[in-house]
Amino acid sequence: MSTGPSDSEIISLVLKGDHNAYALLVERYKSYVFTLTLRFIKSREDAEEVSQDIFVKAYRSLADFKGTAKFSTWLYTIVNTTCITFLRKKRLDIRSLDDEKTFEVADNQDSGFRANQVEQKSRLNMVNQAIALLSPDDAEIITLFYKNEQSLEEIGQILGLEVNTAKVRLHRARTRLKEKMERYFTEEVKDL
Amino acid sequence: MKENINTPLGDGGIDDRLWEFIDGQSSIEEGSAIEKLIETNKQWKEKYHELLELHQLVQASALEEPSLRFTKNVMEEIAKYQIAPAAKNYINNKIIWGIGIFFITLIIGFLIYGFGQVDWNAGSDNKLPIDISKVDYGKFFNNTYVNVFMMVNVVLGLMLLDRYLAAKKKKLQKEA
Repeated sequence: MSTGPSDSEIISLVLKGDHNAYALLVERYKSYVFTLTLRFIKSREDAEEVSQDIFVKAYRSLADFKGTAKFSTWLYTIVNTTCITFLRKKRLDIRSLDDEKTFEVADNQDSGFRANQVEQKSRLNMVNQAIALLSPDDAEIITLFYKNEQSLEEIGQILGLEVNTAKVRLHRARTRLKEKMERYFTEEVKDL
Repeated sequence: MKENINTPLGDGGIDDRLWEFIDGQSSIEEGSAIEKLIETNKQWKEKYHELLELHQLVQASALEEPSLRFTKNVMEEIAKYQIAPAAKNYINNKIIWGIGIFFITLIIGFLIYGFGQVDWNAGSDNKLPIDISKVDYGKFFNNTYVNVFMMVNVVLGLMLLDRYLAAKKKKLQKEA
């Protein structure tokens, strides 16, 4: 995933007092953390603020990172708890956009959604939009598995689940993603 | 509604088996069985290509990028803080043990005090269906009862020992 010093080398530098080395870790993981945060918190501004907060929390607790798991797994555990706390505090509506009515509301809220869809008819953009329509739980597990390159065992650690439960959840999330794509991106799916 | 993790998926398990195959998590036997099904069965073949396409699409989708100032903002923020010492350094095990012993002593003290306050003769006028003083306790502690009791204890002890050893083994594996 990355070149240059390993995560553990950077961490030991930071712990020895080279605080600037932490920027390497931030650079390395910012997109992963931001993408994952965006799965919970739909607003980009809030997601960016929370992502920054996650890196600050990780920095402050860096001495507690034992190195028994990957740094990314440890970091995504912080993402998970911070996002859940944020949503609880904000009391945001975290319902899945399952029914047509809710989808329409979301569609109207974001007036540029359809226009953007027409403009950027690329497959990859469609996937990201479809993931954004999933519930935070489904979107999170798909993002962890595909984008953040976490194994099912690591996903289990992050979400506090048994490996088998994580596997079943992932299968179901993918099934729901497929349904969303077929339902809301019918034309694009046909073009594939 | 909470989903039931144990119920199979809609397509009678085809999806599940194909996802495992695509993720490379099927066993060798299962993998070759699925390969054969994909070659010979039209439904399996179509489903496989459908799922594989989704898999590849999601895999290839791009990550979201935060603003250009992101790293700078984080570094400015962390400049205000210091790394907190590791929890194991400031949590003193002796203190935890001390608190534990204090509470256990407290509970034992209350129990002794409580039992000391009980007037054991207070209810002696009440007629019970059986006269406790005439109960032959020896009957209950014959060989069978004692054996069953001991057996249950031995099984419980072995279970606890097994859990302890498993946890220790896991810890050692992690450290390795």
